[in-house]
Order: sequence, then structure tokens, then C-alpha cells
Amino acid sequence: MAALADLTIAGARGLLGKGEVSAKELTEAHITAVEAARPLNAFITETPEKALEMAEASDKRRAAGEAGLLEGLPIGMKDLFCTEGVLTTAGSHILDGFHPTYESTVSRNLWDAGAVLLGKTNLDEFAMGSSNMTSHYGGVENPWRKSGDNRPLVPGGSSGGSASAVAARCALGATGTDTGGSIRQPAAFCGIVGMKPTYGRCSRWGIVAFASSLDQAGPMTRTVRDSAIMLRAMASYDPKDSTSVDRPVPDYEAAITGDIRGMKIGIPKEYRIDAMPEEIDALWQQGIQWLEAAGAETVEISLPHTHYALPTYYIVAPAEASSNLARYDGVRYGLREPGESLDEMYEATRGKGFGAEVKRRVLIGTYVLSAGYYDAYYNKARKVRSLIARDFAKAYETVDAILAPTAPSPAFGMGDKMDDPIAMYLNDVFTVPASLAGLPGISVPAGLSQDGLPLGLQILGRAFDEETVYRVAGVLEEAAAFEAKPTFLAA
Amino acid sequence: MALIEGKTGAWEMVIGLEVHAQVISKAKLFSGASTAFGAEPNSQVSLVDAAMPGMLPVLNRHSVEQAVRTGLGLNAKINLTSVFERKNYFYADLPQGYQISQYLHPIVGEGTIILDLEDGETREVGIERLHLEQDAGKSIHDQHPSQSYIDLNRSGVTLMEIVSKPDMRSAEEAGAYLRKLRTILRYLGTCDGNMDEGSMRADVNLSMRRPGEPFGTRTETKNVNSIRFVQQAIEAEARRQVEVLEEGGEIVQETRLFDGMTGKSRSMRSKEEAHDYRYFPDPDLLPLELDPAWIEEIKASLPELPDAKKSRFMSGFGLPAYDAGVLVADREIAAFFETVAEGRDPKLAANWVTGEFFGALNKSGIELADTPVDAKKLGGLLDLIADGTISGRIAKEVFEAMWESGEDASAIVEAKGLKQISDSSEIEGLVDDIIANNPKQVEQFKGGNEKVLGWFVGQVMKATQGKANPGLVNQVLRQKLG
Repeated sequence: MAALADLTIAGARGLLGKGEVSAKELTEAHITAVEAARPLNAFITETPEKALEMAEASDKRRAAGEAGLLEGLPIGMKDLFCTEGVLTTAGSHILDGFHPTYESTVSRNLWDAGAVLLGKTNLDEFAMGSSNMTSHYGGVENPWRKSGDNRPLVPGGSSGGSASAVAARCALGATGTDTGGSIRQPAAFCGIVGMKPTYGRCSRWGIVAFASSLDQAGPMTRTVRDSAIMLRAMASYDPKDSTSVDRPVPDYEAAITGDIRGMKIGIPKEYRIDAMPEEIDALWQQGIQWLEAAGAETVEISLPHTHYALPTYYIVAPAEASSNLARYDGVRYGLREPGESLDEMYEATRGKGFGAEVKRRVLIGTYVLSAGYYDAYYNKARKVRSLIARDFAKAYETVDAILAPTAPSPAFGMGDKMDDPIAMYLNDVFTVPASLAGLPGISVPAGLSQDGLPLGLQILGRAFDEETVYRVAGVLEEAAAFEAKPTFLAA
Repeated sequence: MALIEGKTGAWEMVIGLEVHAQVISKAKLFSGASTAFGAEPNSQVSLVDAAMPGMLPVLNRHSVEQAVRTGLGLNAKINLTSVFERKNYFYADLPQGYQISQYLHPIVGEGTIILDLEDGETREVGIERLHLEQDAGKSIHDQHPSQSYIDLNRSGVTLMEIVSKPDMRSAEEAGAYLRKLRTILRYLGTCDGNMDEGSMRADVNLSMRRPGEPFGTRTETKNVNSIRFVQQAIEAEARRQVEVLEEGGEIVQETRLFDGMTGKSRSMRSKEEAHDYRYFPDPDLLPLELDPAWIEEIKASLPELPDAKKSRFMSGFGLPAYDAGVLVADREIAAFFETVAEGRDPKLAANWVTGEFFGALNKSGIELADTPVDAKKLGGLLDLIADGTISGRIAKEVFEAMWESGEDASAIVEAKGLKQISDSSEIEGLVDDIIANNPKQVEQFKGGNEKVLGWFVGQVMKATQGKANPGLVNQVLRQKLG
């Protein structure tokens, strides 16, 4: 059974297609894996019965010759996507007992493609965090451990449950959402592939909003090919999302040709930050050599406003969040704590319903939008944001893609950095610029740290040029030949 | 300009109005839910209106078109780019915790409204802006001792906020402004203007100053829901402010609430307590870009508006400004009048429509569409006057009969034998008899007392039960008495 859970999406698709395995068998193997991985706390809600029903329906469709792109493939769904009739928490106490009557567009697309729901994966509360430690449902463990050190590590965040589940072979793939790095950073920490597509590529309809101008759904998988297969099923134009973009979804898998000869890859000099660990820099240099060896030309480029990306992000995202989270007021759904007056009810509900990190960001966001501070913070951040976007646009006049590290460190210990939000926010330093510019980026596992932990490199691309991103990522993946497996699987 | 005489001299009101007009549209501003009035509570609420997690607004193009129509009807600048922003505040009937509105970049900029005043004079009032926004839901506090009920049917319904410049100087002008605005909105079909259903509400901004001096500190009286209340609220607030000022006090910039039952307002919150709405562009919506060709299309589809109609009635029909103003105040009335006036004497038509017809309409309380005397029938009556079949006096009697029975004028004239006597030999015979029987009055007339002629006319009319052609009677009398 373990062998079935160790398959890739592409591999499982092949076996299902040839009839060597049924969706039901594949799903049963994964349900077993999900149960075995409970110590990781990767799932908030497991849906084994639903999974089996969906798998059986899938086998019938296949028998009827109606197989979709992801027919019969069991996946995890980040618990930020609303799923009809299935508890949806956003990792927050405030959504206690919330069972949506509707299905998010992305999850709907996945079910329409034949995918099977294993359960809802854990995440930082309202996707706010880089460690998955802010979840009301407890932190998620990274299936990796440092060599010779048995202390549990974070999977990164906010899509930590998805990353952990995919790395631990509980699911063939899982959905994530990336606001400032929430797909790419946990993918890097857990040694898997995480793709944040262009803003507007996947519909945001039915995804609990964190920061609307940044949130973007994407796939988390074990290979670049799997990522391409899964993104094709997730992406769509959605008239219900005004920021969704109406353009055809290409066959991303077909873009993975292995041929990047003549391509120009930009190496942004501003990403060489102070205090960059030696091993991260070395891996980056290794990546440059791999791409050059494959026939690409690497050129140093400048993204001059990179330095401002992190502060800009930590103004824009909390500002939007402070407003997006106003709807959790105890009036219509989720938690309600009684109070003598409406204001007291609000205070009690939100005081108890939100965790510390969410409160911190709501406060920051409220502050930067306040009269007298708006221009100094929010408005300035908006202006800087457009300069950051312009940096990228200018760079892409000369290069086809950009290579950079995904995160400035490997996974850290559970509980570390919790008392230092700034140190925690620094995790996003390499992922945030592309988020602010709305550009696609993928993190590919590229090597191990001295402590034996996975490290990722990311490829950034032009808007709606996920194909080039996948093509370069495919080459990087092949060159890196990352085959190490998480400690959890050996145990 | 109406000045208020205080103990220390004259004061002038400075009034600006913010009108919230509910857009006529089947669906809400950002959702497909119905907007029909009077439905069961919470029966017209989409997932978006209830602000369920992950729900996103999608702009209703028809609402945008209605705003553009209104802007064009107010001779206002249409902004090709406008931005929806979030106005953040907490309230139980505001599910999102913010209202999607427009702030720095409204869809419509400056325009003008021409007021038609009682004396037939006109006055221009500037429009500052018009923007689109969502309505909130409704809180119901009187059905449970300790809890409130929430009805979200109205949540998300499209409103236009139409902001005037501080150009009005009296309660009468404010009333005229609201009536004119309502007329224009109804002509355009963009708002039904029914203040009692809440589809038009006004906030009154008012300050007092000595004539010629700069503006004073203003107060804002919220959500006044009839023209009469607006005028009452203005009078009351003006008196209150004058009292404060004349006692050496200062006006506090504040929001006040008007109570139609008591005719008084009370402070709701001061400037210090004012909400910080933390407006910022709604990241769920792209800036609204309008195609100039589309605006031209809308412009071409606009109906003739009241001001244009009024000047046409004045120049084309020779009506006085007052009559023309009264007739165009309602689009259906204006159309009714035009049907009546078609091919007839327009002044006669105007007199009959604004006189007998309005009188009967008001008295009966029925709607124009349901009236027993339609425009064609009224025209038929006027034709009988014009061709001398009946006199104007008889026509009034005929009209009353028409209103009662709904029958045509000619049928009634026929049945009742009201046809005018225009046969000169018949009238001559009558006149001869009267002259012969009243030598005293004949003497008086010959002695130069012209007034006696009227008495002779009366005698002829009496003898014919009013059916004698009055012109002919006069002519014959003068001839015989001559």
C-alpha cells in the first residue's frame, strides 16, 4: 500500500489509465497514510468516507470513458477553500462549526477533473504565518528532522499542512494559497514543489480571503510535472471573481520539454542579502551552474526596490486583512460569544475567536489605514508596490525567467521565532516581491542543508507565462535530482 | 433668499443636501439577488450580500448605466475612471464590516439642477458629485425585549449618493431641490423617488451665517425621509443654531438625528466620536473604466428632460412659466397634456389640465393611469368648446358628468341636450322679448350704464339654461340695444 502512496500524480495517472489500480485502491492507500501521519497534525478534518465515495464515483466515470484530468487522484485541500458540507475553518476558532453551502471555484474545478478529497489540511490562522504555528488547531510538524537532532521542525506556512501531507506521502498533491510566499516557502521547507501562479490565474471565489490583492491558489506536489498537471485543473477564468483573468489555460505539462537552450535567466543581485547563510548562497550558485549547463544564459539583473518589498507587504497585506476579517463578527456564522450589547458581543467574539498573530495583523492593518497615517503607510506602500512591479517588468524585457532562493533558511524548530515577529516575517523576504508584482513563481527542492534539511530554489516568470516557469523548473528539478525522503517515512 | 431675523440681526441659512437614491434595478449592486420592495425578511439575500467567507462582489452593469444616465440628466461630468472603495465600520446590519462605496474617484462629477420656485422664478443649484454605493441591511429593534432582528434584503442594494453644493438658502429651496431631483430621476427611470418606501432619503447639511460672511460650522441631520420632514428639520435646526449663536455659543460640528414625530433633532455623534472609515480601494474590484462610446449611447437614449420640456411648452405652446413648470413636474402628466393639446389651443388645454382635471384628480385621489377621463376624452370635450357646440361653462358640467360616467363628451351633450344655442334668430327672438319686458334696464343702458349689459346676458342665459352662445348673445344684445 505504501508503494501506492509513493506514486507521483503522473505515475498514478498512468496506472489508473492502464487499469492496474483503481481509484478506490489508490484512495484507500492514502486514507491509511493519512491515518498513519496523524502525529504530523497535517489535517484539520479528514474525510475518508467522502474520499471513498468520490473514488468509487471516479472509477465509474473512468469505466464509462469519462476520465478527467485528475481522475481518481486523492488530494488534500487547504482548509482555506470553502468545501460544500465539509467543515471549513481557515485554521481559526472564529469559524467554529462553519459548513459552507457552496464549493470554491478551485475545489469545484478539481472535483470536476475527477480528484478525490482526502481532507482539509492545516494552515496558519487565516493563512497568516510562515510556520503553521498560528493555527487554532495546533502546529503542523514537518516530516523532516535535522540529522542527529530529533526536535520537531515547522513545515513553513501558511500552507504547512498541505506541504507536510504531500511530503509525508499522505496525498498525491494538495492545494495551497500564496499571499506572500505561503505556497513556496513551505514547499521549500518540506522538500516538495510549490507553484504560485500569476494573480488572476486561479479564481479566488470561495477561498477565505486574507489579502485580496495578493491571494492566489496553486498546487503543491512532489514533482514539477505533477504541479503542471494539477494547475491545469485548478486554473480557470471565473466571472464570479472580478480579478480573475479571461485567457485560455494552456497544457502546462506540454511546456516541460527539458530544453532551455538560449533562454536568459536573470540573477537578481539585490537578493544577495546580508546574513544569507552560506549554504543557501552555495545552492543558488549551484542552480546557476545547472541552468547554464543546460544551455541557458544567466545574467545579473537589478530589481532595485527589492529592499522595500517586505515592509510594503507587511503594510498592504494587513491593511486588506483588517477589512477582510471584519465580517467575522459573530452575527451570522461561526463563533459567537455573548455580550450585553452589540459592541460587547463583537469584542468578546473577536477577542476569543482570533489568535495573537491575526490580532496583530488586524491592528497593524487598522493602523496603516487610519486617518493621518494612510498617506505615510498604506498609500506609500501602494506606490512602492507599483515600483516593485515595474522592476520586474523591466527585468523581463531582457530575461525570460529569474532564479533565486525560496527562503533564507531551512525549516526551523517548532516554537522558534514565535516571540520575534520580525524574524518570522523575514522568512518571506525572497517570496514577497513576486507576490506584490502578481507574478508566477515555483519552488523546486534543490538540495539539502548541512543538517540534512531540504532547501528550495525558485523560478519566477512573466505574468501568465507559467509555461516558461515550468520549463525552467523542469530542468532545475532534473539537474538537482532531489531524491532524499523525509525522516518521518523512515521511522 | 429667506433671512431669519434674530435678536441680534439677520441670519442666512446655508444648506447642502446629500440624497441617497435607490437605483431602479432588478439585481443588487454586486450580487444577483432581487431588490423588490416588501418581501419576507431575509428572502432576497445572496451569499455575497450575507458576506459569507470567500464571497466576492461582481459589479452590476445595469447599476452603472443607471448612474451614468442620472449623471447625464444632471448635466454632470461622467468620469471615465472611477474607483470602488471600502468604507469600514462595524454594525450588525452591515455583514461585510464595510460598505463598498466610491470616495476619491466617484463615477459622476460636477453638474447642476435648476430649481423651479413658487413664483415661477428659477435658481441654479450645483451638484458636487454622484457616486455608487451599497445599501446596508435593516435592524429591527422592537420585536424582542433584549435582542434585535436583522433583515438583509436591502443589504447590497444599489444606491446613488447625490451630493449638492451648499447652494440653497431656505427650506423652500431645499424642498424645490428635492422635488426637482425626484422629477429628473423619475423621468430618467433611475429611481422611483418613493420616499415613504425609503428609496429616496436625504441628509441635510446646514450652517448659519450673517449675510455676505464666510460659511459657519455645519451640522448634518441624517436620514430624513420626506420633503416635509426635510423642510421641518431645516427650520428647526436653523432656529436651534441661531439660538446657540445669539447666546454667544458655538455650533458643534456633529451628526444629528431628526424625529418626524416630535419635529426635533438630537445629537447622534460629535466630530470627535465620528467614525474613522479607513477608506481604501476595494482590492476585490478593478477600477471601473467606462467606454466613451457607451456613454454616448446612453446619452442618445435619454428622454426629453423636464427643463427642456418646460422651455418647449413655453416657447412652442406659449404657456406661462408657472403652468409649464407644473405640467412637466410629472412625466406622465406632461405626456397627458401633450395629447390633450395636440391640434388644439394649448392654453385652453393647459387651463383645463391644471384646472378642472387636476381638481378632480386630487379630489378623487386616483392615479393618472386610472382616471375615467383620459386625454383623448378630455380633448373631445375641448373640441366641443372650440367648435361652439358648448360654452366653457357648460363644459364644466359636461366634465363632471364625464368623470362620473366615463362617457364621451359628445354623448353626454347629446343625451342631456346641452348643445349651445348658436341659432341667431332664436336668440334674437329671446332678446326682443327681454328688451320689451324690461324698459327700465334699457333706459339705464342707453344712459351709459354699460354694466347692465351683463344683466341682459344673464337673462338670456337664464332663459336658455346657460346654453346660449355667450358671444352671440353679446353681439345680438349690442345690436338691438345699440
